[in-house]
Amino acid sequence: MSTSYWRMLLRDKVATVAAVILCVVLLVAVFGPMLIGGEANAQDLTKGNRAPLELDGWLYVLGTDSLGRSILARIIVATRTTLGVAIPAVLISLVIGSVIGMWAGYHRGWRETVVMRIADVILSFPSLLMAVVVLYVYSPSPTNIVIVLAITRIPIYLRTARAESAELQSRVFVDAARTFGAGSFSIIRRHVFPIVLPTLLTVATLDFCYVMLAESSLSFLGIGIQAPDVSWGLMVAQGQNYLQTAWWLSFFPGLAIVIATVSATVLAAWVRLATDPAQRWRLTVPRRQRRRAVPTVAPTAMEEAQ
Amino acid sequence: MVTFLRRRALTSLLPLVVVLLGVFFLARLTGDPASLYLPENATEAQKETFREVNGLDLPVWRQLVDYLQGIVHLDFGTSLSTGESAAAMALRAFPATLQLAITTMVLAVLLAVVIGSWAAYRPNSLADRFASFLSMTAASVPDFWLAIMGVWVFAVMLGVLPTSGVDAGLLSWVLPIATLLLRPVGVLTQVVRGAMVAALSAPYVRLARSKGADSRRVVAHHALRNAAAPALTVAGDLAVGLVNGAVVVESIFGWPGIGKLMIDSITGRDFAILQAAVLLTAVTIFLLNIAIDICYALLDARVRDKAMV
Repeated sequence: MSTSYWRMLLRDKVATVAAVILCVVLLVAVFGPMLIGGEANAQDLTKGNRAPLELDGWLYVLGTDSLGRSILARIIVATRTTLGVAIPAVLISLVIGSVIGMWAGYHRGWRETVVMRIADVILSFPSLLMAVVVLYVYSPSPTNIVIVLAITRIPIYLRTARAESAELQSRVFVDAARTFGAGSFSIIRRHVFPIVLPTLLTVATLDFCYVMLAESSLSFLGIGIQAPDVSWGLMVAQGQNYLQTAWWLSFFPGLAIVIATVSATVLAAWVRLATDPAQRWRLTVPRRQRRRAVPTVAPTAMEEAQ
Repeated sequence: MVTFLRRRALTSLLPLVVVLLGVFFLARLTGDPASLYLPENATEAQKETFREVNGLDLPVWRQLVDYLQGIVHLDFGTSLSTGESAAAMALRAFPATLQLAITTMVLAVLLAVVIGSWAAYRPNSLADRFASFLSMTAASVPDFWLAIMGVWVFAVMLGVLPTSGVDAGLLSWVLPIATLLLRPVGVLTQVVRGAMVAALSAPYVRLARSKGADSRRVVAHHALRNAAAPALTVAGDLAVGLVNGAVVVESIFGWPGIGKLMIDSITGRDFAILQAAVLLTAVTIFLLNIAIDICYALLDARVRDKAMV
């Protein structure tokens, strides 16, 4: 099973590249700060705002900021902060949303109604406004940002898990398990969860993009990660004031965000095809022909990511 | 119809109530609202007078009643920095945001209908590729970065557009609108494309074709009308998303709208204004959702008939 997934991934060049990029980003987040940590805060005013490649040494390939700190080193350190917010936020919303969603969908009735109403309430209010108010009242620490982002993203998994499990609970194999006297918890765990999981993982991969962008926006607006900590969005904000003279301060951190989010989007599209038995065959045809063969891909995940 | 609308209005009213109560209780949960409303360096005596004047020493339910009464009378307190009524400041900033949002939505719908229909009509053509590129970009490029890069290229390097403000007339609209457009166009194009692909293969389109209607009439008259309903349902979500975008875009381009007011109130720690701006936005979204429901009911005969019963 897993070897066939590997082979399928390797056959799709674009998806492979995306997966490799995400792995590199993850490795940089884990080991980068250890190897380079000090350089990100090493100020040297004689080297302030130097353009990329102006100074010798690999540390300065992306230039320096106004205090003479290496942009490359700061991007590497920021990788950890950015992922350190995005990954926990995605995991928390994934776990809470899926568990409650599957439970509500399995039982139907009032549980379903209450859960879906809550999801509607959260979704019908701009997530950024909620974050703005909460982070204004409580201080914007990384923990608070993770909690706010997780809460705003829970409805996505609630809806997905609810819809799938509501459909599954009427199937014959679930009925059979019920007849044998299995409890609702074990039916959800053994029969519903394995089938819903691929869809949830696809949504989570795509949502990773959204959460990263949301954290960057908050940091950019000054209510996310606070200096002296550094995140990609915050770096773009700090560079904004030097746009006239030093474009690289904002350009490269933003580029880092784009590279990571595009990779996640590409990989999510691949996961969606690979985990769907009815669509998997498409991965065996070359990329160019694939779109022609997919007439009606409803962009449900895209819509919900909004 | 009226029953349908009443039911839908009640459904959309719930989020509004949650927001109203949420803002109230969030402000109380921190322990001392006085430190939230007053600047950080306020003395203990100042806080004491503030509590008395604003009735913060009363029981919570009395405070809640006062708060709700204040909302009905559009009284959100006064700004710390200017001493002006917070509601007046929010209402003054509101039209600027509305202009931006309406222009963006109109342009987004027009662009999405053209690109989406074209992409659906000729799968795998240049337009189709462009449509998928658009939706990819919309999902993965941060809007604030795009805005700053736009300023860098068009204002700093080429010098053809102003960096910020609203003084340069139409020119000052270009960058904010372009930034705001990205997300709605990307999403709407995909929705229109999907709905059009389904509509173009539907029996009534085949019938129209077999009767000899030319392709332009088939696309514009038969298919597009039926593809409009799904696009309309997404429009509500997009409008909610547009608020997020407006906050970012307005603060970058110094656009004197509600988003900039919010960010300014945060940096100035001016809670009364933040509250007024957030509640005004929530009410707007509530009204917008109802408007979309009405359009949807008028557009789709199935919903309309069900609503009549």
